[in-house]
Amino acid sequence: MKKNDKILLGHGSGGRLSHELIRDLFVKHFSNPTLIKQSDAALLQLGSTHVAMTTDAFVVDPLFFPGGNIGNLAIAGTVNDLSVSGAIPRYLSASFIIEEGLPFEALEQVVITMAEEARKASVEIVTGDTKVVDRGKCDKLFINTTGIGEIRAGAGNIASGDLIKAGDKILVNGFIGDHGMAVMSARNQLHIKAPVESDCACLNGLIDHVFNATGEVHFMRDATRGGVGTVMAEIVASRPWGIQLFEAEIPIRQAVRGICELLGFDPLYVANEGKVVMVVDGAFADKVLQQLKSHPLGQDAAIIGEVVERHPGKTWLQTSIGGNRIVDMPAGEQLPRIC
Amino acid sequence: MKYIDEYRDKDKVLSLAELIRKTSVKPIRLMEVCGGHTMSIQRFGIPSLLPETIELVSGPGCPVCVTSRSFIDQAIAYSKLENVIITTYGDLIRVPGSTSTLDKEKAAGADIRMVYSILDALNIAKANKHKKVIFLGIGFETTSPASAAGIIKAQMAGLFNFSVFSAHKIMPPPMAALIDEGVNINGYIGPGHVSTITGSHIYDFIPQKYGLGVVISGFEPLDLLQSVYMLVKQHETNSPKVEIQYSRVVKPEGNAKAQDMLDEVFYLRKDWWRGLGELEASGMGIRDKYAEFDAEKQFDVEVEPTREDKGCICGDILKGLKKPSDCKLFGKACTPAEPVGACMVSNEGACHAYYRYNKDSQ
Repeated sequence: MKKNDKILLGHGSGGRLSHELIRDLFVKHFSNPTLIKQSDAALLQLGSTHVAMTTDAFVVDPLFFPGGNIGNLAIAGTVNDLSVSGAIPRYLSASFIIEEGLPFEALEQVVITMAEEARKASVEIVTGDTKVVDRGKCDKLFINTTGIGEIRAGAGNIASGDLIKAGDKILVNGFIGDHGMAVMSARNQLHIKAPVESDCACLNGLIDHVFNATGEVHFMRDATRGGVGTVMAEIVASRPWGIQLFEAEIPIRQAVRGICELLGFDPLYVANEGKVVMVVDGAFADKVLQQLKSHPLGQDAAIIGEVVERHPGKTWLQTSIGGNRIVDMPAGEQLPRIC
Repeated sequence: MKYIDEYRDKDKVLSLAELIRKTSVKPIRLMEVCGGHTMSIQRFGIPSLLPETIELVSGPGCPVCVTSRSFIDQAIAYSKLENVIITTYGDLIRVPGSTSTLDKEKAAGADIRMVYSILDALNIAKANKHKKVIFLGIGFETTSPASAAGIIKAQMAGLFNFSVFSAHKIMPPPMAALIDEGVNINGYIGPGHVSTITGSHIYDFIPQKYGLGVVISGFEPLDLLQSVYMLVKQHETNSPKVEIQYSRVVKPEGNAKAQDMLDEVFYLRKDWWRGLGELEASGMGIRDKYAEFDAEKQFDVEVEPTREDKGCICGDILKGLKKPSDCKLFGKACTPAEPVGACMVSNEGACHAYYRYNKDSQ
């Protein structure tokens, strides 16, 4: 069969098709030494100042879901991308593409949410843009935010993953899969009412809290679209070490597990909006864990795996019954099973 | 989680695995014919718990995988008609037809919508009275009763803009055909959800005619291991029979109401199976009295000639003759992102499950 001559939904899923699109189109044509690193945020030097810059576009259906709305995502997504890159987020821009006919009240609620979220995260929204398009030309409201922040002293290399070594431990700051399942159950097609709220949150406070206590974090990434499984598959690729995860240690809410069982989804690949995966020096893992647990956004943190010398370049998961299986990048959106 | 964790108890799993190891002396090859089983076996890493005497092979149990390429081609032809909305289970969207997929036709402008059940498709038909809504009915008795109910409901509601394109199939004919073709197996892990509807008697001919055992299994690790244990015991004592391991759900007589509904709407017809070719009385066509809801009778389309990809051995994989890793396309030209064969598309497909969960150890 011939190659795709049109963009498919899978190209936006964060899986293999997305990666191919980025590599074979965007990076190919925009190529420069900064972009080629493809980290969550670009690390730049302006005069003697080191800054990180990132941008993200937000589309979500429905706009309002249990635990938040598109406004929370627009702030937290960009703040988190800066934070996991070792930066202290400072300033954001916000652009709105609005569909004709959107109730003013809905837009106002989103904007107020963004203002509150930005205040909580100590960032300022300093510039923006607005476009209104004909009914049907976009789905209610799309938001783009761009952020810049100062790189934390000594954290300039954290985003590269080069500090990771065998013996390191892998931590996550709480239950995974909440956001994806909250949005899924908010779409009325499924007729599932589940007590799950999005975990959407700015993580810079939590990350500060960890960094103020210990400098032994070797890598961080927020596990958004594609979930923790995709983060693992991404960071392990072509490295001289492997990753071993322990299914029994991964915090997953009963309700999230339940919906996943029902739909045939793997929670490892379900989206989060307030979860950071940290790779930390093995000797300091317990200290970092305690530090995470002492913060409101890390109370359910856990050590979920370790960096190992065996199976370099691959992530393996020890299943809850003691079997072993590989964790790879998902091919596209997870689809509900048929039977 | 209740009703799940009990069946994933690590200590019980390991002690059952030990019991199997002690009991199994003669080499035994077991085939699971349900995609849900394939997925569970790989997801939990079951093969790594079994002794060398036991080999598990995947059979033709994934609805997407056995569906013929010509069905996809015909669905694509329907999607190109004016004022038509195609409604389908998500898995089917990426299955390759001869020259395209529903996914690509959707990107090119066809109105193709993913639904979670046929009831969603009926609602789309209700909301779009000026359009024709076609539901792609695939799968075994796990999905066909819902299709039958959907058609009956559409008739009661007078929803004449709704129709079903049926590729529904039944399980016993391919189970017989596989043995007739000389596929080397010693027993079947029988499908759990299909049997909930059909009951267990539909498999009685397998021990009687072929001398092979069938154990209808649940989907959790302990279910599957217990089923393997039951089949191993049958094999060791030369006493093949039909047994129900999944007794908390499956009854010997099945679900009579669902069976009546299937009989009301569908009749058995010759159908094409990937890897097995045409099998008599193995597919479900819609009876004439429901012709108004039968897409095949409602729409006349020209369908492109079916083209199969060279090198794809989905057929042999579905028959359990080969493993996914025997295919030279596996993991190279054929991946879940760019599937060549249907077995790589559905997460119940043998190739997909091997690729996702097991690719290095194969």
